[in-house]
Amino acid sequence: MAEIRVMREDLRPPAPPPKRHFISITDVTRDDVERLLATARTFERSLEREVKKLPTLKGRLVINVFYESSTRTSSSFELAAKRLSADTMSIKSSGSSVDKGESLKDTAITLGAYDPDVIVIRHPQIGAPQLVARVTEAHIVNAGDGKHQHPTQALLDLYTMRESLARLEGLHVAIVGDVLHSRVARSLIQALALMGAHVTLVGPPALLPRGIEAMGCETTTDIGAIAAADVVYILRMQRERMQEGANYVPSLREYTARWGVTPERLRPGQKVMHPGPMNRGVEIDPRVADHADALIETQVRAGLVTRMAVLYDLLTSGPIGVKTESALEVA
Amino acid sequence: MLFAKSGPTENLVVRGARVIDPLEGTDAVLDVRIDDGVIAALGTDLDTNSHRVLDGDGLVLAPAFVDPHVHLRTPGREDEETIASGTAAAAAGGYCAILAMPNTEPIVDSAATLGALVETARAEAEIPVGFLAAITKEQRGTELTEMAELADAGAAGFSDDGVPVSSAGLMRRALQYGAVTGRRIALHCEEPTLSREGQMHEGEVSAELGFTGYPSVAESLMVERDLALAAYERQPLHLLHLSAWESVQALRRARADGVAATAEVTPHHLCLTDEAVRSLDPNVKMNPPLRSASDRTALLEALKDGTITAIATDHAPHARHEKEVPFEAAPFGVTGLETAFAAVYTHLVEPGLVPLATILERMSAGPARAYGLDEPRIAVGKTANLVLLDLKASYRVAEESFRSRSVNSWLLGETVKGGVRTTIAAGRVVFVA
Repeated sequence: MAEIRVMREDLRPPAPPPKRHFISITDVTRDDVERLLATARTFERSLEREVKKLPTLKGRLVINVFYESSTRTSSSFELAAKRLSADTMSIKSSGSSVDKGESLKDTAITLGAYDPDVIVIRHPQIGAPQLVARVTEAHIVNAGDGKHQHPTQALLDLYTMRESLARLEGLHVAIVGDVLHSRVARSLIQALALMGAHVTLVGPPALLPRGIEAMGCETTTDIGAIAAADVVYILRMQRERMQEGANYVPSLREYTARWGVTPERLRPGQKVMHPGPMNRGVEIDPRVADHADALIETQVRAGLVTRMAVLYDLLTSGPIGVKTESALEVA
Repeated sequence: MLFAKSGPTENLVVRGARVIDPLEGTDAVLDVRIDDGVIAALGTDLDTNSHRVLDGDGLVLAPAFVDPHVHLRTPGREDEETIASGTAAAAAGGYCAILAMPNTEPIVDSAATLGALVETARAEAEIPVGFLAAITKEQRGTELTEMAELADAGAAGFSDDGVPVSSAGLMRRALQYGAVTGRRIALHCEEPTLSREGQMHEGEVSAELGFTGYPSVAESLMVERDLALAAYERQPLHLLHLSAWESVQALRRARADGVAATAEVTPHHLCLTDEAVRSLDPNVKMNPPLRSASDRTALLEALKDGTITAIATDHAPHARHEKEVPFEAAPFGVTGLETAFAAVYTHLVEPGLVPLATILERMSAGPARAYGLDEPRIAVGKTANLVLLDLKASYRVAEESFRSRSVNSWLLGETVKGGVRTTIAAGRVVFVA
């Protein structure tokens, strides 16, 4: 009978490197962000051609799993994958086994059985992407988990700011509104701090979370503070997250009167951003939304190329610069 | 008040262990002889009287532990824990007695439900177990249970643990009426309008992670209310699982003013802070939540100076599938019976934060006193309630080793020091590693 021996440690094949995911801004370094922004820039140029599709991720499978409604994030991830020639599949929680009470773990294992290269997940609960990462072999991209993180949104916002203002270091950004319920704000504060920008949070007291200054930002309830910023980043008043009787603010009317961003509260030349979807007339005056200094549409375009960059970065092992160019040349 | 299956008591000699009993002032290498489950002699080179001999060389012999706060999930969730599995886990953790909380399905709020538990314990409990009954019917906070009848039926105390008694008026009535039962009232202090939806301690970590905060003041406000009522009614009370600096301050003031209040703290609140939640591991989600470093420091100080006199595990078993979900969807609670000593030894005694003797007292006599139970002692004439500890044992906490039916331990995968070799409860050897 064959003798079973335990293999000597030094004879074992080397363990595969840990899977790279993009779940939180805390997963990346400043160099990573620079690389991703540069890759996105390259992709933006490629999208100016007549034929926009690149063969880069041909044969790869990207599954989008959305447990929350989304227009821009889900469509831009889907288009990003398609522009890179990956196969895509989209699962929404309604009309799937989730309706039948399937747990996230089981859904993830089921999808994992198709050997996807990337799973893009949006989920209302913090920590859902980490759970999927534990039970599948795919690279995980967080497209928003509860109030925690939305890292590709932060990346597209950095991209937009740099394209418009030519710098991030030393930039002063005022983030206005419901920070408490905003994963966009959390990712953006970290991303801006990482790149050396200066952040001021402005909003009603109960919507500025206690202790948030430790993330590297200032807080104030005075809307007048936005005048000092280079960029005014307006958050959506998330009505669906406002529990009945929570009284974060007495009324939306009072919120708008006190913290709504109007032309009168802005300085000429200040750039205005909003992650969408906007509540015109609540957190943002329609005249601000439609003004030339608003970068809101630019943000949407940036979303496509930065998500292309994230998919590309996860599925190719760097250094990315050279490879990107050659991949584009093939195209 | 405590119930267990019956069995033969032991005749044995523990030879050459370092015997530590903080209350007796003992810390010496001694032999201990046990005749029929009762400590008969302490000394050097004791005659074995042809008793079985346990070699204690290199080990510590201490009074066995008492856990005043355990969830045995019976009746209703026997898939998570039973009286048999929970008491076996307790025996493996070095415990000679545990108290079970009444928030089961159904709630232990009638003599009939309590009676069934007592019968089960007499049939299958590996170590003595006591059962607390609810303060209010179905723990709804609106009507008192029949506390006198429940006490007669064997209730070890009263608690609505898991939820607070929201109404101050009803809390006052409970303290007044509780006095006639002679049993302790134990309170879960939480102001629900401040803690609602809260997932973790409100502070810098919750701000960054985006979790709804459960602020310290949600606990301390209720602690202050209940201490004020206890002072006014001149009644004793026991505060469950304190977590916040503000609560400790309130308790210290009240005790100085003569209020007969005792309190407990869990190993996880003594060992961890809210920084641990960054892992998003559902096994660091508990109520009350892990708090800040300054809260932890205050709890350690209170444990050392005797403001807090009991370490309680709040052993809360949960089914595997209920914890294998995102943090926000997971239920509160972690197991602790089998890891409590190793946790506090590794995290508190080894780094020099708390002396071993203090830990041993707070895990044994302290909790016993809080509920008026006999303190385990290593003295001639006392029932043998002993634990033999190997302080040098180092091991990795693994699911397979648990006797509990649940594995939701915050220590899974961690290498710890301090193992339980043998547990003797009520004169019987109930665990041998």
